[in-house]
Formats: sequence, C-alpha cells, structure tokens
Amino acid sequence: MIEVKNLSKYYGDYKAVNDISFEAKSGEILGFLGPNGAGKSTTMNMLTGYISSTSGKAIINGVDIMENPKKAKSFIGYLPEIPPLYLDMTVSGYLNFVYDLKKCKLSRNKHLQEVYDLVKISEVKDRIIKHLSKGYKQRVGLAQALIGNPPVLILDEPTVGLDPKQIIEIRSLIKRLGKNHTVILSSHILSEIQAVCDRIIIINKGTLVADGTAENLSQSMTNDHKIIARIEGPREEVYKAVRGIKDVVSVIADMQRGENIYDYEIEAKPGVDIRKPLNKLVHEKDWCILMLQPNDLTLEDVFIKIVAGDATYLPDGVQETSEELQETESTDDSVNEEKKKEKKKKEKDKENEDEKGEEK
Amino acid sequence: MGAIFRREMGAFFTSPIAYIFLGVFYIMSGFFFANSSIAYQTADMSGTFGSVFTILLFLIPLMTMKLFSEEKRQKTEQGLLTAPVGLLEIVLGKYFAALVLYTIGISIFLLFALILEFFGSVAWASVLSNFLALWFLGAAFIAVTLFVSSLTENQIVSAIVGFIALMILFMIDSIASMVPVKFIADVLTSLSFYSRYNEFVNGLFNLSSVMFYISVAVLFNFFTVRVFEKRRWS
Repeated sequence: MIEVKNLSKYYGDYKAVNDISFEAKSGEILGFLGPNGAGKSTTMNMLTGYISSTSGKAIINGVDIMENPKKAKSFIGYLPEIPPLYLDMTVSGYLNFVYDLKKCKLSRNKHLQEVYDLVKISEVKDRIIKHLSKGYKQRVGLAQALIGNPPVLILDEPTVGLDPKQIIEIRSLIKRLGKNHTVILSSHILSEIQAVCDRIIIINKGTLVADGTAENLSQSMTNDHKIIARIEGPREEVYKAVRGIKDVVSVIADMQRGENIYDYEIEAKPGVDIRKPLNKLVHEKDWCILMLQPNDLTLEDVFIKIVAGDATYLPDGVQETSEELQETESTDDSVNEEKKKEKKKKEKDKENEDEKGEEK
Repeated sequence: MGAIFRREMGAFFTSPIAYIFLGVFYIMSGFFFANSSIAYQTADMSGTFGSVFTILLFLIPLMTMKLFSEEKRQKTEQGLLTAPVGLLEIVLGKYFAALVLYTIGISIFLLFALILEFFGSVAWASVLSNFLALWFLGAAFIAVTLFVSSLTENQIVSAIVGFIALMILFMIDSIASMVPVKFIADVLTSLSFYSRYNEFVNGLFNLSSVMFYISVAVLFNFFTVRVFEKRRWS
C-alpha cells in the first residue's frame, strides 16, 4: 500500500531525512517513533506530497506521489501535527468544505454523519472551531482526514492534547480503522505506539534505525543471554563458580540484598541459556537461588538504547550491531571492574564525539 | 477550485474584510460621484471613474492581504496542499473569490449610472467601457497583491507591501519621466497602469490595454503558483 524507497530530504547540507526505506501493507498500523526533530514529520510531509523529497520515491497505492500527486493524494487522509482548521468556520461548514475539496463521491450527508459519529463530534457540529477545546479540535482534524474514506491514513501525533478518556477512545478508533486502512501514526508516547501499532519504525537523526514489531525489537535488544540472579552464598565463591560455568562471558555482583545475598548480573554467549547449569551449580554447592530474572528490556529501554546510538535493528540482514554488542560477543576475560571503567570511558568518548558533532 | 472559491467567499463575509472593503468603497466612490457628476449636474461619469483609481491602491491589498498569508500562519495551507487539488486550482479559487467581491464593489458604478439615467441621458457605451476597464484593472491588481500575500505569513506585511507594489505601478509614469535613457523610459511608460486606464476614462476603448491587464493577471497568478512550487521543492 505504501512503499518508501531511499527517501531523503536535505535542507542545504542538513540531512533532515536520510535514505529511509520501508513498506506498509494494507491493514497495517505502522508506528513512527523518534525523538523531537528526528524527521518523523518531514517524512510524513513527503509521503503526503506537502514537500518534495530530495531523492527517493514514495509510492502510495501504486502511484508515485511526485509523478502523479493529485491521484496519490486522493488515497491519503492526513492529519498534520497542527490540524489544518479554519478557526472561523463551523465544524460542519469546515467538513463540508473538506468534502468538496477532496471531490468526494460518497453521499454527502450520510458520509459526514458517519464521520461525526466515528470521532464523536456530532454535538459540536454547529459550533465555531475557534471556540472548541483542544481535544475537540484534534478530533475535527482527525475527521478531516477521514473524509472520503481514503485507504491510507497518515496521522502525526493524533492524541496530542486529548484527555486520558479521549486518548483511549481515539486509540481504539485507530485500531478499528487499522483493520481496513493502512495507518501510519507518529507519536512520542511509547505506550501508545505499543498499544496501537502492529509494527514500529524508529527514526533518529533522519535515519531509520529500527523496523519491526514491538516484541521483535525488545527481543533483539534484549540480551536473552543476560540474566539477573539473586543468590545466597559467599560472594567470592559464588562469583568464581558462576564465572566458571561454560559460556559465561561476564559476571557482575554489585548489589547486596542481605547478609551473604547478592544480585549477580550474569551474561552468557548469545543464544546460550545458562539457567540450567546455574541451577545445577547452586544445588551442588548448597547455595540458594532466591530470584532469577531475565534482563528484559521494555520498548522504552529499546527506544532509548537505539536513540542514544547504542544499537540499531533492521530486518533483511541489514542488522548492524554496534561496538558494544559486538564486544559482548567476544570472549573478553576482563574483570567486571575493568569493564565498568571501560564503559565509563566509552561514554565519555561518546559525549566528546557528540559535542564535536554539534560543533560541526 | 469550487470548494476553495466558496470557502473564501464565505470567509470574506464572516470576517470584517468584505464589509470594510465594500463599505469604504461605497462611501468613497459615492463621495466621488456626488462631487463630480451630481455637483456639476452632468451625466458624464468620467470624473467618478477617474478618481476611483487611487482608492483601489489601498482597498485591494486590504481585500487580498490574508488570502494566503493567513493560511500559512494558521498552517491550514498544509490541508490544501495535501488535498487532491492542483496548485493552480488553489490559486485561482482564491483569485476568483477576490475578483467576485471586487465586482460586487464596482457594480455600484452601474447603479450610479442608473441614477443619472433618471435625470438625463447616460452615454452607456462609455460607462460600460469604463466599467470594463475598471474591472480589468482590478483583475490585474488583485493578481499582484495575491502574489504578495503568498510571500509572507503576516497579513499586515502583506497589506503594506501590496500597497507599495500598487503605488509603484501607479507612479510608473513619474518614475519614467525621471529616467534619462529614452529606451527605458519608453518601456516604463508602456507599462503604466494609470495612463492606460485614463485612456478608457477619456473615452477610448483600447483592446491592447485590456490585453495588458489580462497578461498581468495571468503572469502574477503564475508567479503565485511558482511560489508554492518553489516552497515545496526547497
């Protein structure tokens, strides 16, 4: 339904969007995630034909937005970041105008009534938009996008300014719409993206850094080979013994939870489940596991990790692993203290780099 | 185009713009009418038609000032530019809305002529030729100020720059008289809106002047389309 190929937008030397490619199938809800200024809105503006791309293609329902903009635009309902509302019109006057503007062929009154009901604005349809609350304005903006029943909906932060009840309503509406529309939705609220979207695309500094389902992303980021175990036993001994388990890469024991009770962060080689050997070991030594927890990342952790530039996750074998991930794969025998130092140093370096980048 | 035209017509009359434009236009042209035709007890309207040129210089920028600037400021242009309509349709929708309001304004001259008809015989051919000239002049002026409106997101700036632009077009004769190079002076004189309009007032229906006004209108509407195209590509 939507095909984006190597889409880029440069403003002079500044790369607002750099070589983004993705696809969205019919009936898919795609979430755009990224920090402010990452290029989410710019990408959406290119998809909807508001601005041109410097290079690359955006194909909507088989029609290139740059080659046949009128036709491609007729497939899109767009809710920009700031809803394009004429403040001195009434809601119904405005939506009638949009109906005419989109050269809508559906029966006017019936279709408009459907849209009013869908976003629940029937009770304000004769009021002047200027006098509506932010939540209602947002809904009128959404109504405007829905008019003409376009197969593709592009919604830039659709729940901004709504109260919690309205947010839930709009989310469930989007989910319902997602069944027979292709929806692209941007948000900075992670839980929203997680709740609504089938697939998530993370954009940072104009480049696509992740593309996948929420579970996919968490899993790929989650070091499933990393667990936290709370073990009762003499610290040094436990440390040595655990370190001795086959395939264990590193052990960090820094949280004391009680007398002789510590939390151990145990990292094994990727794909290796060390819970069994750990259990066995503890059993043999007559210690006790009080707690065993996989070090799962929430989407939030994934997001922060990706946006901080620690990792990327792309399908189709473009998967890039950052230095840090590669390092954990190598069997580095450094003691945990050293590792911590290294980490700190690296962070510092990164900061310096960032500063340099900004200076540039 | 129809949707945008209808919306703009509605917006003219829900905002004070139409009332101010029509009100001031009627008062001023009524004053000119009373001061020339009525005061001199003549059925000749050339005095009224001649005087109206100057009030257009500030009334037309006032009428068109917010047509594009306000869209930009309120971000409503994003709705227009992502709707399945062409840029030309958007520009012409607004242009014709302004032109219709302008036509409603200048129709008062036909009423004036009817009033005169009660007291004497009106030279209808001359009145109609004057009226057409006034209409084409407005059509050119509206295109110029609409173009100005597309350049800014501030209505006041749009109005002032529009006024200055029309003022320059009005003064082109005096500017030409100061240019020492004859060739340039000639070119400038041929671009004069005022002397062309005065020919009509003096009873000469010059088709080339009509073509001149139409060309200006077409050219500036084209420029306005280009402004949006350029913004999209930059």
